[in-house]
Amino acid sequence: MKPMPFDYARAKDVPDALAALADADAGARVMAGGQSLVPMLNLRLATFPRVVDISKIAELRERSESADAVTLGACVTHGEIEDGEAPEPAAGLMRHVAAGIAYRAVRNRGTIGGSASLADASADWVTTLLALGARFIGRGPDGEREIAAPDMFLGPYFTAMTDQELLVRIVVPKTSRDATWGYYKVTRRSGEYGLSIGAVILDPAREHASVVLGAASRTPLACTAAAAALRGAPRWTEALETALRTAIAEDLARAERPFEPHEAIMVETTILRAAAQALGVS
Amino acid sequence: MKVSFTLNGDPITADVEPRTSLADLVRGEHRCTSVHLGCEHGVCGACTVLIDGKIARSCITLAVSLDGAMVTTLEGLADDALMARLREAFRTHHGLQCGYCTPGMLITAHDLIRRKGALAEAELRQGLAGNICRCTGYAGIVAAVAAAMDEHETTKSAASIAAE
Repeated sequence: MKPMPFDYARAKDVPDALAALADADAGARVMAGGQSLVPMLNLRLATFPRVVDISKIAELRERSESADAVTLGACVTHGEIEDGEAPEPAAGLMRHVAAGIAYRAVRNRGTIGGSASLADASADWVTTLLALGARFIGRGPDGEREIAAPDMFLGPYFTAMTDQELLVRIVVPKTSRDATWGYYKVTRRSGEYGLSIGAVILDPAREHASVVLGAASRTPLACTAAAAALRGAPRWTEALETALRTAIAEDLARAERPFEPHEAIMVETTILRAAAQALGVS
Repeated sequence: MKVSFTLNGDPITADVEPRTSLADLVRGEHRCTSVHLGCEHGVCGACTVLIDGKIARSCITLAVSLDGAMVTTLEGLADDALMARLREAFRTHHGLQCGYCTPGMLITAHDLIRRKGALAEAELRQGLAGNICRCTGYAGIVAAVAAAMDEHETTKSAASIAAE
């Protein structure tokens, strides 16, 4: 399949991109790596009169590190994160997640900002960035604003960003040095979107634990009861597993949809395996 | 819309519709017939090429987005020593039947060996998972890439011993 015809503009900087987005009636769509947008255009699942290419904007390729956070420009690629060409905030979790997205040929062009902006409910970054408590910096006609992860992802392909705003960078808080994590993704075939994703981060030095279930419902689900059960747990025990199962059931009851019995087993297992991994059980 | 980039070392300038994929441009206009189009939505890997030295899917890359880039197709790796070794290994180990996936497999395997060096079979299979073959059942492809990888690693270590 070939896309419908469209106009193409290569933005040289952020103001240039914002100018292209300013006219809401023009129907412009931002393209970063194009690894989701171009397939959608090719299949004619999506048609846009105008595509604004932001991949060459130098500012969006920047990355930096402070004492307590890593900042990634929206156009940093999955491949660069995988290769350690961007600072790692979370004891290797981001490198691990990046390396498991699709395939290397896609990771070389696909970007973290593009993935967050598209907000596919099954995408790895949507789940991971919520678990990490990331903050999203959007710039629009009225300047910049910061959106916290829980306020960012509102539904499938639906974020808090307006059509006149551009996601310019993502700020990821650093975990403590001795933080641990677990990440478990169920796919039928390697490289596919997950059917279920469990992300667990345990940071005992900060008395913090976060557990997110991704891909299983319209938006990633913050499993606060499971996180509370894991907070301060020194190791994997049968008692912990029992407590976790109860907590997970409580979390799943808050999901946006009921789970079929087989799905409930899958998502529970996903979270349990991620939690076990975070506690050093492989 | 005008776009200029180098294709297998030669500078080219094309006037294309924005919707034209890199694959359609280099295959249709520049006779790089190693670039095979299987799925046209980034799933099968048959159209894999190098953009600025990194593997990419040319069916989901807009040609107009590549101004100033360096594009290499399998044709551009004809004289590459590792690629010659891979071609030979695919022949020896029955790494192809119909040949449709082969250019993408070769470029992906070439990238995997250059980036990762020696890999266990499970990792090797993981690295090739983005390229679909509908004939071989993959056993021959995996054997071929493993053989080329071993030879490449042996040559590399021999070269480093010679250098000392």
